[in-house]
This record gives sequence, C-alpha cells and structure tokens, in this order.
Amino acid sequence: MQWIGELAVSALILIGAFFLLVGSFGLAKLPDMMRRLHGPSKSTTLGIGSLLIASMLHFAMASGHVSFHELLITIFLFLTAPVTAHMLAKAHILRSQADRNSLPSTGRPDGWATLDVPKRAAEK
Amino acid sequence: MAMRFFPHPLLTVWIVAVWVLLANEVTFGHLVLGLILGILIPLATSAYWPGRPRVGAPMMMIEFMLVVLWDIVVSNIQVAFLILFRRGDSLQSRFITVPLDLKSPEAITVLAGTITMTPGTVSSDVSADGRALLVHCLETDGADETIAQIKHRYERRLKRIFE
Amino acid sequence: MIAIACQIAMAVASLAILLNLYRMAIGPDVTDRVLALDTMVINAIGLIVLLGIYYGTTLYFEAAMLIAMVGFVTTVAFCKYLLRGNVIE
Repeated sequence: MQWIGELAVSALILIGAFFLLVGSFGLAKLPDMMRRLHGPSKSTTLGIGSLLIASMLHFAMASGHVSFHELLITIFLFLTAPVTAHMLAKAHILRSQADRNSLPSTGRPDGWATLDVPKRAAEK
Repeated sequence: MAMRFFPHPLLTVWIVAVWVLLANEVTFGHLVLGLILGILIPLATSAYWPGRPRVGAPMMMIEFMLVVLWDIVVSNIQVAFLILFRRGDSLQSRFITVPLDLKSPEAITVLAGTITMTPGTVSSDVSADGRALLVHCLETDGADETIAQIKHRYERRLKRIFE
Repeated sequence: MIAIACQIAMAVASLAILLNLYRMAIGPDVTDRVLALDTMVINAIGLIVLLGIYYGTTLYFEAAMLIAMVGFVTTVAFCKYLLRGNVIE
C-alpha cells in the first residue's frame, strides 16, 4: 500500500518535471514570438500542477491530514497564466509591424482593441 | 436588507473559500473570520464593482470545469509531441477571428481564459467593441473547424451558464 | 524512491531554467525577454516545491505562493508599461 503511493508520487513528480522541460524547450526552440507563447503558458502550468498534486499526495500520506495550500497555488497559476499570455500578445502586436499587417479583420466596423478605438467613443 | 450586507454574494463565497484554503484547516474560528472578511471587503470596495454578472445556472459550471480539465490534460500531450518532434518552421500557425455571441465581460473573460488554457490556441486580443476575439493557433489545417469547435464546446456551455 | 525522483526532477528543472536563460540572452525583442523571465519564475516555483518534498517540510509553500503572486504582478506591470507607457495611469 505504501509502495503504490510512493510510486504514484514519483511518477507525478517525473511527469511534472518533463512538462516543465517541454515548455522551456518550446520557448527556446520555436522561431516566432507568437508561437513561443504557447509553450510556457500551457505546458509549464500543467507541469507545476502535476508537481503540486504530487506534493499533496505525499504530505497526505506522510502526515495523515490533507493540506490544501498547494491547490491554492495551482488555482492561482491556472487563472493568471492566460492573463500574462494575453498581455504579452497585445504588447507584441503593438510592437511588431510584420505581425500587425498579418492580422485578420474583425468582421465588425471597429478594429482590434490594441490598435483602434471603438467608433462610438471616438465620436465624443 | 440582505442586499445591503451582501452586495456581491458570489464574491463573499469565494473570499470565505480562499481564506479557509489559506489557513489550511477547516475550523469554526477560521470560518467566522473568513465570513467577517467576506462581508467587509465587498462592502468596502463596492464602488469599484459597478455591475453584477448574471449567473443563470451555477451547477453547469461544474460540468464546464470538468470538460476544461479533461481538455487540458489530453491536448497538452499533443502539443508536447508537436514541440518536441517537429521543426518550428513547418508548423502552420495563423491568426483567426472568433465572432462572439456572449455579451457580459465576465463571460468573455472566462471564454478567453479557457481558449488559452486548452493547448493549440492562445487568445491574443479583443475587438474594440468587444464582439470578436483574436486567437492564434499553433497548428491548424482549416480556420473554420477550429472556430466551430471552440463555439460548440465552450461558448455553448458558457451561454447556458451566464444567461 | 521519492528522493531519487526528486533529484532527477531538480536536475530537469534546472535544465529548463538554463534554456530560459538562453532565450533571455538571445531573444530579439523585449517581449521575448519578459516571457523568458516569467517562465523562469514558474520554474523556480517548481524547484521550491521539489525542495519541500525532498526535505519533508510544508514550510516552503508560503514562499512558493508569494513568489507566484509577485512574478505575475511583475509580468503584468512590464507589459502594461510596454503597452501604455505608464504602469498606473
């Protein structure tokens, strides 16, 4: 029984570290800024989630009572990773002329929020 | 009378839950302290929360979160294979525009966060009037099927939750 | 078994931080460097959690949570400065 728990914790730790490495490898290798956003914001967050679940299991088995601190860190990272990816994408669209020209149209009378103001606000 | 003490009831519930999680043990004292903070903080900051989101079906949120968790785990493995075993230049990445049916800002925020968390897509920008979303896909053959999949899996459920 | 897995995972996480350092040195634009910095912070959180499991103490989670919050605020403040020229308007 103890042995199965140890095996589960070790497997989760190794999987978490592997996903951390995949995220950073994608950041180092991919040729374009927008493609580089995908690696860290997803794989790294999943790797950290897996490490934190391993830690919850380990301390639940070692000391008998479950601690929820790690869950809080996981929820916080899952909520804030999309926010940072979004803001970095907006900053990149603002700074890079090549990507700005390759944006599709919005299908509405206004443009994208980083580059344009809504028509009704501009009328005031 | 209840409205004056609880201007934002969902926020109160969240504050109590996060306080108990932070304190790391569920005792009566911590619950009471969390409840006091959960009443004081929305009252003190109510000038900064102008409107309340309409939550039509709170139970569907659990189904939505389970769907999102499953998608996160399954698709991260696919993107790991893409990153490790394919050359960076051979990925067909492009920007696509997703027209939105959702109106409230909270619903659009949840949709954008979900699109970023499920691998293959990152939500990059919002149109100036808030009715279209700019999404960057890592590897996609056709733009239309990705848009249709996003709308079917997530936006349909979010419409039921938030309206 | 857990101790060996922790040591392997710590080596792997350190390698991930070195890869981020590479991107921070090379990245042609400033947004690449900000992204590399944010990813370094998350990898550092992973290292702290692994240390906590290795030493068998739950003390390090407070540090991990604080670093997560500060790292997020740093990235958002930097991007806001790049977008608007001002952090708080």
